[in-house]
Amino acid sequence: MLDLSVFNDLSLFANEIWIARYALLRGLGVTLSISALAIVAGSVLGVGVALGLVYGPRVVRATIRVYVDIVRGTPVLVLVLASYYIFSTVGLDLGPFQAGVLALAVFCSSHVGEIVRGALQAIPPGQTEAAKAIGLTFGQTFSSVLWPQALRQILPTWVNTAAEMVKASTLLSVIGVAELLLRTQEIISRNFLSLHFYFLAGFLYFLINFGIERLGKYVERKTAVPS
Amino acid sequence: MGYTLNFSAVWRSFDLLLGGLLLSLELAAAALALGAVIGLAVAFALAGGPAPLRRVAGAYVTLIRNLPILVLILFTYFALPQLGVRIDKIQSFVLTLAVYSGAYLAEVFRAGLLSVPRGVKEAGLAIGLTPMQIRTSLVLPLMLRNVLPSLSSTLISLFKDTSLAAAIAVPELTFEARKINVETFRVIEVWMVTSALYVVTCAVLAALMRALERRLAIPK
Repeated sequence: MLDLSVFNDLSLFANEIWIARYALLRGLGVTLSISALAIVAGSVLGVGVALGLVYGPRVVRATIRVYVDIVRGTPVLVLVLASYYIFSTVGLDLGPFQAGVLALAVFCSSHVGEIVRGALQAIPPGQTEAAKAIGLTFGQTFSSVLWPQALRQILPTWVNTAAEMVKASTLLSVIGVAELLLRTQEIISRNFLSLHFYFLAGFLYFLINFGIERLGKYVERKTAVPS
Repeated sequence: MGYTLNFSAVWRSFDLLLGGLLLSLELAAAALALGAVIGLAVAFALAGGPAPLRRVAGAYVTLIRNLPILVLILFTYFALPQLGVRIDKIQSFVLTLAVYSGAYLAEVFRAGLLSVPRGVKEAGLAIGLTPMQIRTSLVLPLMLRNVLPSLSSTLISLFKDTSLAAAIAVPELTFEARKINVETFRVIEVWMVTSALYVVTCAVLAALMRALERRLAIPK
């Protein structure tokens, strides 16, 4: 049933990869920088979200809860498209790259926010009470009692969020950011080797994410409380 | 700035958005039905299959979990025809989403299978049930009840993933929203309404699943 004749000439595929090597490498570079920027910005924002959710006054808590629920209930593609179209309409001249990274960072912040919130709330209240009893300020309590404990819980899940971001970066191809997937589509429209080049793109994404997953497992082992 | 909100253009096309939402839900339901079958088979293979089968199932889950879904969608739609497989875009999308969600559902179901105590299976054997009867009438009902919370979040992300069908021009909600955006330039209004439709649908799905959980809970 399957027509496998397309695999007959693999030297042609190798040759096409060689011709497209710079486009592919540049796309890979853009994919990695989108992901890195989104993860860094999203994590910083996410920790802020979590702090607001756990320690903020009621109004702040309610506002952030609405933000998180809206972002988590909206598909990432809709966030990306909305960010791309809306900012140019209100006169903020963001390019597709900036608009896309912003959308991914917002998406990332809601996830990191929930992860950090969960970890902070899982710490027994006795810890805060003990810190108060020995006279620590809130800042000191957070930075030397709560945060180190939360971080241990967060790290493995956080690494998985990084893999999610690499996968979500493909959505920026829809608004014309020349990352790996859009480069692949451009190459395919030139040489029509769709099977080969989508396969190659999938292979590259797999390598990146599999690496991240391994890193996550390693971090999980390293941060586990020795029993 | 100088942008005043005006929803009239969006309300005029609201039927299109609702039609898109309905198609999104249908895509999600079809993918869930197929994906649950795949996920269940893979979970049984992972939790108690012979070693080679377990390795194949493990490889499938690892492979899918590390691939961006958009790459899979484009691969199925644009690359499979080169192998002589020709299917239309809705079938192609549902198939991709089913294979994709199958890997995530497999993990969910596997955790559920591990949560069923050994004693249940032993009790089944003791009263003379065959292994298949133990699976269908003891393990499965107990397991499904345990996995309902994680099943609910998988269902919701599955529903959100249907937005990616817009990339291959399936006229679901995101595709219709983008069309209205380009045709009317009521940019902010379109995306506000679209986002609201997604958020509300997700909330309704979550509430329905919670109700189902309560209904199926073992009375104390």
